Amino acid sequence: MSNQALIQASALNRYYGKYHAVSDFNLTLHKGEVLGLLGPNGAGKSTTMQMLTGNISPSLGEIKINGVDLLDDPKKAKQSIGYLPEQPPVYRDMTANEFLKYCAALHDIPKDESQTAIDSAIERCGLGNVSNKLIANLSKGYQQRVGIAQAILHRPDVVILDEPTVGLDPIQITEIRALIRELGKDHSVILSTHILPEVQAVCDRVQIIKQGKTVFSDTFEQLEQRQSAPVLMVGFESAIDAKELSALAGVKNVQALGEERYRLSYEKSPVASDVFQLSVAKGWKLHELNQQTESLEQIFMNLIHNESVASENTAKEVTKEQVVENG
Amino acid sequence: MDKIFTIATTEFKRLFNSPLAWSVLAILQFILTLMFLIFLDAYIGEIQPATATMENPPGVTAIVLSPLYLWTGVIMLVIMPIMTMRLFAEERMNKTLTLLLSSPLSSTQIVLGKYLGILFFILLVIAMISLMPLALTIGTTLDWGVIFTSSLGLFLLLSSFAAAGLFISSLTSQPIIAAISSFGLLLFLVVLYLSGSSQNNSSEVFIYLSHFSHFLPFLDGVFDTSDLVYYALFIVGFLILSIRKLDNDRLLG
Repeated sequence: MSNQALIQASALNRYYGKYHAVSDFNLTLHKGEVLGLLGPNGAGKSTTMQMLTGNISPSLGEIKINGVDLLDDPKKAKQSIGYLPEQPPVYRDMTANEFLKYCAALHDIPKDESQTAIDSAIERCGLGNVSNKLIANLSKGYQQRVGIAQAILHRPDVVILDEPTVGLDPIQITEIRALIRELGKDHSVILSTHILPEVQAVCDRVQIIKQGKTVFSDTFEQLEQRQSAPVLMVGFESAIDAKELSALAGVKNVQALGEERYRLSYEKSPVASDVFQLSVAKGWKLHELNQQTESLEQIFMNLIHNESVASENTAKEVTKEQVVENG
Repeated sequence: MDKIFTIATTEFKRLFNSPLAWSVLAILQFILTLMFLIFLDAYIGEIQPATATMENPPGVTAIVLSPLYLWTGVIMLVIMPIMTMRLFAEERMNKTLTLLLSSPLSSTQIVLGKYLGILFFILLVIAMISLMPLALTIGTTLDWGVIFTSSLGLFLLLSSFAAAGLFISSLTSQPIIAAISSFGLLLFLVVLYLSGSSQNNSSEVFIYLSHFSHFLPFLDGVFDTSDLVYYALFIVGFLILSIRKLDNDRLLG
């Protein structure tokens, strides 16, 4: 059992009418893993999560949760899942305590254990002070926490969170991220977002989706290695001989930017010190030496854009899905 | 079964978290009590003296209580759609339906739980109306058989309203649309009865289809199993449609 994937989704497809929202999506989640689903708006993240939680059925494909097929035995499979959709599904006319009691009963938690489960969920989500207030009177951040409490209440193996930090203030975002990291210790977590730093902050692994297709799925180290050759920017006060720069070991390309500034792309790292030594030897007055590495954001953008160049009707399709999601 | 009951009790309690159920019950009770008073006044002042010499005069149960139960049915025609509109439509609008859909529950359990919650409310309404006949026991003897069948008939009638309302609520995400459509459907069945029983072109089929035609015998103390079967079919039919609708949402939604 220990080697078995907690969630094994293979070849998922989902159509809304003729629109193909998710195509051939595969996902594997192991125990104790925090997986980030990343993608621009309308990439199919929410649709995927709704499929994984049994809210909608895939048009094609198979989902196994803890070895139980979600379509054949939904009740048993859903016991291992806690789900927080984009909008927390909380009844605003109940207090947080009453609401969690109801959720406990829905999730087969035995009566004598339910109070302990509720207390621990309330404590973990920091709801102690507000547990007897009506949910309608809580701030958005606290409502979000009630939503998370609801998702972890029955100690599911997998917690699925759909954009858990949308609409929160920066302090709340930090708190919720800390909470997710903590959840990752004893639960497996799938987190969807379109904010890259969020994934960077909490996830072990990232799966990038673009128009319902996976364009990247691996760890962050792998993502970082995807970057193209590093770049060095150099600038001088007076005219120099650019050929000398390109003659340096490791330099692949020298591009003149005007006003004696050059853009060097190179392969090996000690180029910066070589340039410095060269300018000292030649008596060039060096006033700019700037190492540039591509940020994760740029890599992410590259991944997204490379895929989208292919199809012309990209923009149309994205707006279409947004309509579907809003409806 | 446990979970059906959990959903039902929570739904019932949540009705009273908003002012809606309280105001509906208060207004209903106020209007019906006023009617009860008018019927009783007319009975004591006019009908009783006029029929006193008859061999088998109509009793207080037939003159006062039967119209009261009938009027309850008519008023609930408007009120039931308001009570049922929120069942699914409001949950869809507030996106809280996800909670039930991602819990380990079948669509059948969700639908039956919600329906049972409304049945509790109907029982409460009937209990409050029954206070009026009980008040009469101070001064007179009542025909308990007729009161029992009337209550049973009213319960079946209101349950059929609730089943139809539940189904229509499952079709939409706008509570107001659900309320108006359910009211339209219920009113349509009343119109069927009226058109079926009009003198020029009476139609047995129309009368049979209308739920009021199966309610009236109960008020006279007649318990006919065919009426019971009509209500059972009506209720089960709409509940199955609602379950199918929820299942379908996962495929097409």
